[in-house]
Amino acid sequence: MTLAALAPLTLASLMTGAASVDIFAALSDPRAMLVLMESRLPRTLAVLLTGAALSVAGMLLQAIVRNRFVGPDTVGTAESAALGLLVVTLFAPAMPIWGKILVSSLSAMLGTALFVALIRRLPPREIMLVPITGIVLSGVIGSVVVYIAWQADLMQYITTWLMVGEFSGVIAGRYEMLWIAAAAAGLAWLAADRFAILALGDGVATGLGLSATSVMRFGLAVVALVSAMVVTTVGMIPFLGLIVPNIVSRIMGDNLRRALPMVAAAGAALLLGCDLLGRLMRHPFEIPVGTVMGFVGSGIFLYLLYRRPAHG
Amino acid sequence: MIELDGVCHDIGSTRILSDISAEIPRGHLTALIGPNGAGKSTLLRLIGRLESVQRGRIEIDGLDVAQTPSATLARRMAVLGQQTAISSRLRLSELVGFGRWPHHHGRPRDIDRAAVETALQVFGLSPLADRFLDEVSGGQAQRAYLAMTFAQDTDWLLLDEPLNNLDMSHARGLMARLSDLVRRAGKSVLVVVHEVNYAAAWADHIVAMKQGRIVAEGAPRDVLKDGTLSMLYDTPVAVTQHEGRPLVLHHY
Repeated sequence: MTLAALAPLTLASLMTGAASVDIFAALSDPRAMLVLMESRLPRTLAVLLTGAALSVAGMLLQAIVRNRFVGPDTVGTAESAALGLLVVTLFAPAMPIWGKILVSSLSAMLGTALFVALIRRLPPREIMLVPITGIVLSGVIGSVVVYIAWQADLMQYITTWLMVGEFSGVIAGRYEMLWIAAAAAGLAWLAADRFAILALGDGVATGLGLSATSVMRFGLAVVALVSAMVVTTVGMIPFLGLIVPNIVSRIMGDNLRRALPMVAAAGAALLLGCDLLGRLMRHPFEIPVGTVMGFVGSGIFLYLLYRRPAHG
Repeated sequence: MIELDGVCHDIGSTRILSDISAEIPRGHLTALIGPNGAGKSTLLRLIGRLESVQRGRIEIDGLDVAQTPSATLARRMAVLGQQTAISSRLRLSELVGFGRWPHHHGRPRDIDRAAVETALQVFGLSPLADRFLDEVSGGQAQRAYLAMTFAQDTDWLLLDEPLNNLDMSHARGLMARLSDLVRRAGKSVLVVVHEVNYAAAWADHIVAMKQGRIVAEGAPRDVLKDGTLSMLYDTPVAVTQHEGRPLVLHHY
């Protein structure tokens, strides 16, 4: 069903934009070809890659912390990525983009590792303390980012990173980093069994001969890399990495080897749907996808919470 | 054989195990008994390398658990800790399937699928194989974890209070199954048991612990005596016989 939704959404996305061109005539019309290859296709791919990678990152994070109510946008990962990016922008503005992303990823990984270290000390039965801790931590790191940005007069930068992700700036040459994010998510799929076992507890993982610590580190690295790529290229998208894993787990369960491809497809479809909605509502103007996602996502999240209050 | 040599363990400043030295024989069903807080679970978790050894040395069939790679140990011993509530939504067949993971690392062969099938059947879970873990009762989930451990098919089985949540018939069934594994398949089992009569009825060897020390070990008829048990549990206990095995009367 998800795959069936992806194809028409992709087509609709390729057909939607401010320039009025007929993309089906692209082969004979050089202007339509230009719009398609430089703007429409990159944007559509960027949305698909972001949606897939961010949702997979959410599923991994939920397996690592064994809690359903977290996503890369609620545990301080995005804020830590922005902090790393801000520090590079201040101290090494000439650093090439891959260097910036590396620093940002490392910073995101440290922030997420801090979150994991914090929640390991919480009483295991208090499942709601985990998301609350995440929100507090992201608030603290976020305010550090805002303070530094304020002092350095870089507020505009961080607004695009953290507040509302959007894809209107995506053209060819400005989104390709997202392929790496998607590749990292794909790599995680190869280790899907390990994450599914880790989700059963450190004891079970150790008993089956896995090193819980190294599986966790690998997962954190993927989550951090994906978040850093997304924050640097399009800005953070709220709720996506939180709700898509919940919906898929509800239907297919947590056997990640089977569930992760579906998580990726569903995440891509949902984000593309929201992006299209944002592009069409006030056409030819746009509402950032982060805003649309925030609206749609919070609704879905409330529904999930209400339906299933007893499970973590 | 499991050899423990001078094992000490502290949690914070509290001493949990003091200088434990013992041998747990191969080819036996060994029961670890003792009052709450005696250190039974900690000792089992140390042997199963779920906790790292702080002081002393633990060897299982000649392999030092602190030095041997975890993946190698996973083919020698299967360990089941006490389960805490887990939110993971796996189907029971998938959970039991992970018991084979040490053998195939992600590429199950026919022999692995057959082992999962057998384990599900042995623990009466075949009709529930496609249910999710959060859709079955506590006892059924416990049996699924046991089936996973069983599917791992190792020489040693280490089980921490496996009778938790099990009703009479499943508890007896499990003990009979473990005893059968020892006698027919030549496995060795170490099990922490709370209800001492399960140890009395099924174990070949008993290790009694109190306050982080081993206070008695040996055959059931030598360890399960009025005096020893009364001292062990700090409560008056009478031991009689039933069909040639000790029967502990402690509940009235």
